[in-house]
Amino acid sequence: MSGSRERILGRVRAALADVPPGEAPEDVLVPRDYSSAHDRGETIALLVDRLEDYKALVHRTPAGESAEVVARALAGRGVRRVAAPDDAPEDWFAECDTDVARAGGLDPAGLDGVDGVVTGCAAAIAETGTIVLDAGFAQGRRALTLIPDYHLCVVRADQIVTGVPQALPRLDPGRPLTWISGPSATSDIELDRVEGVHGPRTLEVVIVE
Amino acid sequence: MPSFPEAAKSATGDSQLRHNLRKATHTIRAKRDGAVGELDDWSQLRAAGAAIKDRTLRHLDTYLERLEDAVTAAGGRVHWAADAAEANDIVTGLVRATGESDVVKVKSMATQEIELNEALAQAGITAYETDLAELIVQLSDDLPSHILVPAIHRNRAEIREIFRDQMAAWGVPAPERLSDDPRALAEAARVHLRERFMRTKVAVSGANFAVADSGTMVVLESEGNGRMCLTLPQTLISVVGIEKIVPSWSDLEVFLQLLPRSSTGERMNPYTSTWTGVTPGDGPQEFHLVLLDNGRSDVLADTVGRQALRCIRCSACLNICPVYERTGGHAYGSVYPGPIGAILTPQLQGTASEPEASLPYASSLCGACYEVCPVAIDIPEVLVHLREEVAGGSGHTAEKAAMGAAGWVFGGERRLGAAQRAASAARSLVPRRMPGPASAWTDTRDIPDIPEESFRSWWRREGAAEEAPEPGRAPGDGDEQEGGRR
Repeated sequence: MSGSRERILGRVRAALADVPPGEAPEDVLVPRDYSSAHDRGETIALLVDRLEDYKALVHRTPAGESAEVVARALAGRGVRRVAAPDDAPEDWFAECDTDVARAGGLDPAGLDGVDGVVTGCAAAIAETGTIVLDAGFAQGRRALTLIPDYHLCVVRADQIVTGVPQALPRLDPGRPLTWISGPSATSDIELDRVEGVHGPRTLEVVIVE
Repeated sequence: MPSFPEAAKSATGDSQLRHNLRKATHTIRAKRDGAVGELDDWSQLRAAGAAIKDRTLRHLDTYLERLEDAVTAAGGRVHWAADAAEANDIVTGLVRATGESDVVKVKSMATQEIELNEALAQAGITAYETDLAELIVQLSDDLPSHILVPAIHRNRAEIREIFRDQMAAWGVPAPERLSDDPRALAEAARVHLRERFMRTKVAVSGANFAVADSGTMVVLESEGNGRMCLTLPQTLISVVGIEKIVPSWSDLEVFLQLLPRSSTGERMNPYTSTWTGVTPGDGPQEFHLVLLDNGRSDVLADTVGRQALRCIRCSACLNICPVYERTGGHAYGSVYPGPIGAILTPQLQGTASEPEASLPYASSLCGACYEVCPVAIDIPEVLVHLREEVAGGSGHTAEKAAMGAAGWVFGGERRLGAAQRAASAARSLVPRRMPGPASAWTDTRDIPDIPEESFRSWWRREGAAEEAPEPGRAPGDGDEQEGGRR
């Protein structure tokens, strides 16, 4: 195996004979004059617009009323049993009469048996309508937001950025990340978009301001 | 495998295929135009993307070692594969070590390139493709024909037949009364694969990007089959071409804007997964990265052709290409179709054999592929460069002689007039195919008809009599009879 390592590195070095020996990677200049965000209006309104474009359901709510919104959303979907990360705040569920299964104890088959999942997120990007999960606080492991057919995500206003370049410094590459832009979708059959293939068919977002 | 001209001849005769392709490529183009047009800094992003890739390629040895260190530090294992056979041996060995005989796969062009599924099958291991289009291709024992939508050549009725006839042999059968509604077909795929995702313990993936500094792998997808493969199994094996590296985490800010908009015409694809080594209690607990050369270092050695390794597999060049639009992907006889395939395949595999040698000619050199490329690969430049190589490198003697003669004819008005009159007189004698070395030209092109009268002589007769054309009416406009006047 190490033979191939040396062989490949040797071939690569030979292939780069035209590169001056003194050149460092940084000597190859990368122009960074692109924008960190594009001016498309107020950030939260933009996020809502983009999420809705992906057919996600979006609610904006003041902090004090989020439990009510969560309860209404779950009831509206007919969710009887919902999964949630072990560390998801109790007060998210204060108003709902749904059975909340703390996800730590659920294996994939168990997750397949719940009607939905409620999580927080690590960041949200308005321009692209993207929610980023990093398996951190109130998010649980990756399988949690993948197997149930319905995902309700609670986004705090301070987690929202405008452009993609503003999101990366907030995220730790050492954690497993999932970037979600709308529900699962395919266009593989005659380019007709179909929502819901293997991931959740429905994404609902509560933005807490 | 037939050469491109042979394959193209039959493909362009298939009117259903041409109809499907035209509709698909024009739809994606329009969507892409909208998504790209939304960013006023697209050209800056494009320049940054090209420069980041150039930086990586010019110092690839440094970044390969850096990536290896970072992946290892994060609990992954790195394997180096010089060619397809070695990569297949490594993956087969890794799967065998788990004691499993099934693997799930998320769409990966690198594993298609090395024909991993076939190699695993020989070792008694079944590889299940889980991308909807790849599933259609696999169930029908077909080949992908597009980078982004591999089953673009199939319509819904065909897909329904494939599911009804083949799903049962691979696992959960298609439902009794399956309609050809895309919704129903996608649902059938969901049911068919869900059980497979739940119990398969080994997954094989590729990666769109590999971040050298952090050791992070990045996969962009839409359906969630990627997430299933990347998180549910115990063991994850990623086969990644050595050119997929980007230097640092923050470089993704460029590519996560360029790729989705240029590829599917979306602001962002539904799902992007990134992972670094293994995370205790979350996802696969064993991660193997197989770094694949398989000809890439040869491409790197060609200072003109090297830029092909910038490719981020967005497929914009396929959707804009007038040749691809008419022939489809199969005509290219390669995993990488379209304009990028026409330069990548001959470089990866050499131009010694016929199919590869024909690919640099599978283009009209119109340049549209360069215009849309999000990392500014000058595909026409590389095509011409490869044509030189195929033709022997020292220029074309016959062509030079012909051009010399043409220069002499065009050089004098009298000589030109005489030549045109001679051509018109001989027009009925012109063969459909030229003899000798010139047949290489007429094998792939129709000789244009020689007009009865040259434009110069027509102009002398008509244009001089009537100094200015009638307002609002251009010559050739309307319904004039040949050579006639109102």
